[in-house]
Amino acid sequence: MSKADTTDAVEDSGVIQSVSGPVVTARDLNARMNDVVYVGDEGLMGEVIEIEGDLTTVQVYEETSGVGPGEPVENTGEPLSVDLGPGMLDAIYDGVQRPLDVLEGKMGSPYLDRGVDAPGIDLEEEWAFEPEVAEGDVVEPGDIVGVVEETVTIDHKVMVPPDYEGGEVVAAESGSFDVTETVVELDNGEEVSMHQEWPVREARPANDKKTPRTPLVSGQRILDGLFPIAKGGTAAIPGPFGSGKTVTQHQLAKYADADIIVYVGCGERGNEMTEVIEDFPELEDPANGNPLMARTSLIANTSNMPVAARESCIYTGITIAEYYRDMGYDVALMADSTSRWAEAMREISSRLEEMPGEEGYPAYLAARLAQFYERAGYFENINGTEGSVSAIGAVSPPGGDFSEPVTQNTLRIVKTFWALDADLAERRHFPSINWNESYSLYKDQLDPWFEDEVADDWAERRQWAVDVLDEETELQEIVQLVGKDALPDDQQLTLEVARYLREAYLQQNAFHPVDTFCPPEKTYLMLTTIQTFNDEAFDALDAGVPVEEIIDIESAPRINRIGVQEDYEEYVEDLKAEITEELRSLY
Amino acid sequence: MKEYQTITEISGPLVYAEVDEAIGYDEIVEIETAQGETLRGQVLESSEDVVAIQVFEGTSGIDRDASVRFLGETMKMPVTEDLLGRVLDGSGRPIDDGPEIVPEERQDIVGAAINPYSREYPEEFIETGVSAIDGMNTLVRGQKLPIFSSSGQPHSELAMQIARQASVPEEEEGGDDEEGSEFAVIFGAMGITQEEANEFMEDFERTGALERSVVFMNLADDPAVERTVTPRMVLTTAEYLAFEKDYHVLVILTDMTNYCEALREIGAAREEVPGRRGYPGYMYTDLAQLYERAGRIKGRDGSVTQIPILTMPGDDDTHPIPDLTGYITEGQIYVDPDLNSQGLQPPINVLPSLSRLMDDGIGEGLTRADHADVKDQMFAAYAEGEDLRDLVNIVGREALSELDNKYLDFADAFESEFIDQGFETNRDIDETLSIGWDLLSMLPKDALNRIDEEFIEEHYREDDSEREVLEAAD
Repeated sequence: MSKADTTDAVEDSGVIQSVSGPVVTARDLNARMNDVVYVGDEGLMGEVIEIEGDLTTVQVYEETSGVGPGEPVENTGEPLSVDLGPGMLDAIYDGVQRPLDVLEGKMGSPYLDRGVDAPGIDLEEEWAFEPEVAEGDVVEPGDIVGVVEETVTIDHKVMVPPDYEGGEVVAAESGSFDVTETVVELDNGEEVSMHQEWPVREARPANDKKTPRTPLVSGQRILDGLFPIAKGGTAAIPGPFGSGKTVTQHQLAKYADADIIVYVGCGERGNEMTEVIEDFPELEDPANGNPLMARTSLIANTSNMPVAARESCIYTGITIAEYYRDMGYDVALMADSTSRWAEAMREISSRLEEMPGEEGYPAYLAARLAQFYERAGYFENINGTEGSVSAIGAVSPPGGDFSEPVTQNTLRIVKTFWALDADLAERRHFPSINWNESYSLYKDQLDPWFEDEVADDWAERRQWAVDVLDEETELQEIVQLVGKDALPDDQQLTLEVARYLREAYLQQNAFHPVDTFCPPEKTYLMLTTIQTFNDEAFDALDAGVPVEEIIDIESAPRINRIGVQEDYEEYVEDLKAEITEELRSLY
Repeated sequence: MKEYQTITEISGPLVYAEVDEAIGYDEIVEIETAQGETLRGQVLESSEDVVAIQVFEGTSGIDRDASVRFLGETMKMPVTEDLLGRVLDGSGRPIDDGPEIVPEERQDIVGAAINPYSREYPEEFIETGVSAIDGMNTLVRGQKLPIFSSSGQPHSELAMQIARQASVPEEEEGGDDEEGSEFAVIFGAMGITQEEANEFMEDFERTGALERSVVFMNLADDPAVERTVTPRMVLTTAEYLAFEKDYHVLVILTDMTNYCEALREIGAAREEVPGRRGYPGYMYTDLAQLYERAGRIKGRDGSVTQIPILTMPGDDDTHPIPDLTGYITEGQIYVDPDLNSQGLQPPINVLPSLSRLMDDGIGEGLTRADHADVKDQMFAAYAEGEDLRDLVNIVGREALSELDNKYLDFADAFESEFIDQGFETNRDIDETLSIGWDLLSMLPKDALNRIDEEFIEEHYREDDSEREVLEAAD
């Protein structure tokens, strides 16, 4: 959203009446709800959030120190919008889509000054436009009229904005254009450029929302193997601090098989965002070897940046995601953390002196969360293409207590739940996703895909693993009381099998160059290896081999090293054979 | 500058005054009482005819006729390199009878957010000489790593030990870095007792650390509201020394709990809607504005590293103060009352402790190639031993397998050899890791499933006499 873009709609100006932190009230301002306004002599960006009589309340997206009553407030007459067009990938924005690299240059300082604005996409950069329509073609809103190579990975489709009427193409030329220039003209006088604007709080239209049936493959064993998420699905990752929310989100951003990643750092640590900014350009996209940033758009609103912009960054992110969905891409949006977003709402709400709901959160918390997650899904777009937005939100419950409002309201909406566990994190079991508490409601609708693409007994094998882990949980309670050696042999063996499941299969080292990404085939083979050990071991036990001897076989511990093998197929074959041989030699 | 004698309401630390001009939010105010005393405050809320002022020194002595002056600027900290070696009060005024401070610059204490794009990711190891930190939860330059403690624990001793011993092993690296920036410590005390303050000062003077330090003292009997300014003064000074003068600055803030209490006091006086346990709803944002001022900036040689100390009320880390802190900082170090009563120095419980930036700050060329594996294995083995301790209480040692007994021995030795080094011992990283290998060698080789085979070959002590000593010791 840039200052130059103001229209003649409701332009007006008023005067500041009072200032309290990020909340400013203005007198005599003729504005609509959610209009963007510029506050004070420095022109700080803000948004109208309440209108009462003569007074208009504004939340300001920048620090308000030194701003005083009497200073002007200018209305742009437009809702908070994002600039959509080529140039959004490989970019890093703050919560209101100001590019942080451009801001650094404009401010000439490593600190974020106030009152500096910049459009979300470079309005002067030229792109090579290749039309996909010819004169005489009839186009409708949403239709793709041409293509621009935005990055090495992604072709950016130029579309007729959804609020156009559409008509017959009278001019369409290939060539080099900047995003404001007209590339296609229609007979009714409408001009299509590569640049669109869209209000962030409004979902972009689509024809139909469908049941998602393809998994978003993440390369993380516990996710793909036990708790998969669909392309177009929703997931929540709640966990106390230090349990690995951010690492899990980063892993998804790096390895999920989406076409586009929108990563929203909402109230995150500055250094963590810097890590993303430094790492992603160097990392390879596992799908095609291109730089990871070529498919990524980053939104960084760190915890010390203004709270109102934290409230808006989630919307900025999902609007960008929807725009790429409209082109027919599968987009994955990671929001870290939605709790900070909810807290931003709470903070603003309390400054407005609204009646608080549960734990001080505003009464509309549940509605806002639901609205956000409902913008995810597998869609048939208005131009007939199919695309998806998957939304994965981290939740940071105070004290790790999942009964608090943000976690609970999120769980009512999302269909995948990855519960992070402080105990597991403490013993450095990573990813510390608790397999007893987590669930995925997409399992059944995704099984056909896994059975077609990976192995036809995928679902059975998973159920076996889940059963063993469940049994282990029960046995562990007994072990806590009487010790392991008091258990009968077969139960001791089950514990041993479960241990391999935990240590080899469920644990995955995000910092190991090979183990960090585990394709579903490898996930499957690892599970079958453990099951081979299980079956052979129980056969040996039935044949009268003492359980200690079975547990002590030399080859079994090599199961723990499957994760780090690059040529895993051969390794797994050898290992299975060796385990079988060694166990059979015992009887 | 206009003077007003228009105070309409005084309530707790707040004063409301009528004005007839525009007063900026956060502006600095001077209030002169009838006795001729000058008090300072800050605008908390500004509207057309009335402003709310929080008075740092407390409102006692102010009456309706006191005169109010608005200085037309937000709070500034006078900064200069000459601050090193000086002792200041909580508002940045010298209290050490030294010469007057001639500032080079006056900087806004609120401090703008660092553009994430301009940051440089911290990955240079700081050697604190404390095994539990260097070995298991490594601190790096530009990190914010709080100490979670509770009342009666020796967190101050630990903080002093770190302040004294912290160094960046630069020379060994072959000087590939810049010309070797200097280390400085900035110490911000908020609401600590005179006695504690004396201990800190004595230690500073005894070890000669004062000359590379700046000390800010807001004591327990100083005004609570002043505490909300002290850390901002500290951090403004730190940023100046780090990013303008190329120092590697270590900031120690103690005690953040007192700071948060002050926030709550102001919130209550303003009749704000309280959040959890009465703390203001904006406490997360407020704390973030302090903690996030740690870091490194591209193209600048210095760095700001923060070690805030907080005492958890009731040793409960789900209390809002440690909870919100943990969500902002890059890990935490737990000081454990149980370990303390066992006499361990420092009583750090490594299991719940965490350094988020550790993985990028250790390894070959930074610490040692085997560091990460050794750390992982020790965490796993110590956790295993800790679990077994509960079991031992029920079934006794005899009922456990040989391996389980080894884990128990490991856990004991880990505490007595690795953790309990004393507050005066300074161990370098090689020594720390070497002790680690001694301990790990108590376990059978094939139990070391998190360590690369290559490292096991190199470091595992097949039958080392030292091992015997350790086993005999417990």
